[in-house]
Amino acid sequence: MPPSPDSSLIHARGLTKRFGDFVAVDAIDFDVAKGESFGFLGPNGAGKTSTMRMIGCVSPISDGELRVLDHDPGTEGPTIRARIGVVPQQDTLDTELTVRENLVLYGRYFGLSRAECGRRADELLDFAQLTDRQNDEVEPLSGGMKRRLTIARALINEPDLLLLDEPTTGLDPQARHLLWDRLYRLKQRGVTLVLTTHYMDEAEQLCDRLVVMDKAKIVAEGSPRQLIDRYSTKEVTELRFPAGVQETLDGKLDGLAERIERLADRVLLYADDGEAVAVAAHERGLEPETVLVRRSTLEDVFLRLTGRSLIE
Amino acid sequence: MTGLTRVIEHRAVQYRRTYRSSVFTSFLSPVLFLTAMGIGLGGYVDRSGGAALGGLTYLQFLAPGLLAATVMQSAAFEATFPIIGGLNWQRTFHAMYATPLSPRDIALGNLVWMAIRVAMIASVFTIVIVAFGAAHSPLVVLGIPVAVLTGMAFAGPIAAFSATQRTPNRFNVIFRFGITPLFLFSGTFFPIESLPSFLQPIAWVSPLWHGVDLTRGLVLGTVAQNPGLMFAHLAILVTIVAASTWATVQTIERRLVRG
Repeated sequence: MPPSPDSSLIHARGLTKRFGDFVAVDAIDFDVAKGESFGFLGPNGAGKTSTMRMIGCVSPISDGELRVLDHDPGTEGPTIRARIGVVPQQDTLDTELTVRENLVLYGRYFGLSRAECGRRADELLDFAQLTDRQNDEVEPLSGGMKRRLTIARALINEPDLLLLDEPTTGLDPQARHLLWDRLYRLKQRGVTLVLTTHYMDEAEQLCDRLVVMDKAKIVAEGSPRQLIDRYSTKEVTELRFPAGVQETLDGKLDGLAERIERLADRVLLYADDGEAVAVAAHERGLEPETVLVRRSTLEDVFLRLTGRSLIE
Repeated sequence: MTGLTRVIEHRAVQYRRTYRSSVFTSFLSPVLFLTAMGIGLGGYVDRSGGAALGGLTYLQFLAPGLLAATVMQSAAFEATFPIIGGLNWQRTFHAMYATPLSPRDIALGNLVWMAIRVAMIASVFTIVIVAFGAAHSPLVVLGIPVAVLTGMAFAGPIAAFSATQRTPNRFNVIFRFGITPLFLFSGTFFPIESLPSFLQPIAWVSPLWHGVDLTRGLVLGTVAQNPGLMFAHLAILVTIVAASTWATVQTIERRLVRG
């Protein structure tokens, strides 16, 4: 359930961001509750980063209402920023300094004593599995290590709210899983996470609740399960035909499934029993190159809501 | 105030990595210049009589000018690459802005750090001037703050400009058509009266000339001979520093808010 407005850490109504004539975020409403893991799912350019920057109090809102930790970002930015942790889309580490120096200096920005910064740095190095690299410069570290350091750095002020803008974009699968594991631990400790992603598997792994954004607007809201139940079927049957065949199928697929989506390279048939659809297609004499029956994902939800794939 | 010191602390930790070579260079550069030009070239200049230099040896004339000019070059460098790097490459200023630090803290902290760096360079240079016997007054000590002021009269406007740039392409223009001509034609190596009269106004509008003339007055102890002019130099430099500090806060804030 969405939180009630008075218990929420973030409360937005009609939140809008304009750059000149361009509307990046168009009057969106949402609330994030304490301890919740909340996601913005959407393709590039949907307005996710602009929303995150407004929540992070580094970009003024153009219109509407926004409260973060019960403060006004417009007038109390520094107070809010003191209590949040930010993992930006692009790393902002000082790559010429060591891993440890990056953590300690960042803690100093929050007015922590050197001793306290050192103590927290030790803990966070352990959490980020970077203890044995602490005295190395940041520059030669792998993308995954830099990302873990950025997350560790964002935790140095023991934030009430952690904002992660596309935390795993550009990482290889192993590095992503390691990062998800660390974020899952934070979630278990009760840290409130707000993240943006264009990976549906990431949203399914990490988010208790999410909103789907497209073209500056929120088009759906719910838990990953709810969204799939509401906007898709239990299963999907993917048929891939030899080149040129798909264009000749007019009408031959009608009635096979609740809903049919034709993509450039395959046809998606939505039904609760995917196996039965595959059998029925075969009985009609269709000869796809490959047949794949799978469970519905958020990707299907997005396709249903917008008519487009998340990652094109 | 405390936010500003955090920014300076970051710059100091960065500097710790390179300070040895940096201090060495700060010594080496004035020693080489004063030896080659002050003593070597100066030997020839002095043989033709010192009337044009107001009775000074060429070394005495050159040393304070070179102090101000060297500081200008260092300040210009400090106001270009570290600023564009913090905003566009490493993006460390964005990291700072995600914390309670304000754009103002970030801008002022960096400007103060530039002033500290320039003060270090000016101090080392002044020690070298004294060691060469080119100082003629205890007021030489005041040459340091004036040199810093001169440096900041460049660092300020250049930093304000750097914050508007996403690539260093235009920095070459600043150095090639700004810093280098001023270095040569602001009374550093010869009195501006030696320039054709139509070129002299270039020196008057050059912050470096004001800095050079004022530094020279202090190092040589001649400042009392023309107090009105010296005060004008000071007022112009202070005005440029104040206006460009304000401008730097504006351009850095605009850039940080835009993301």
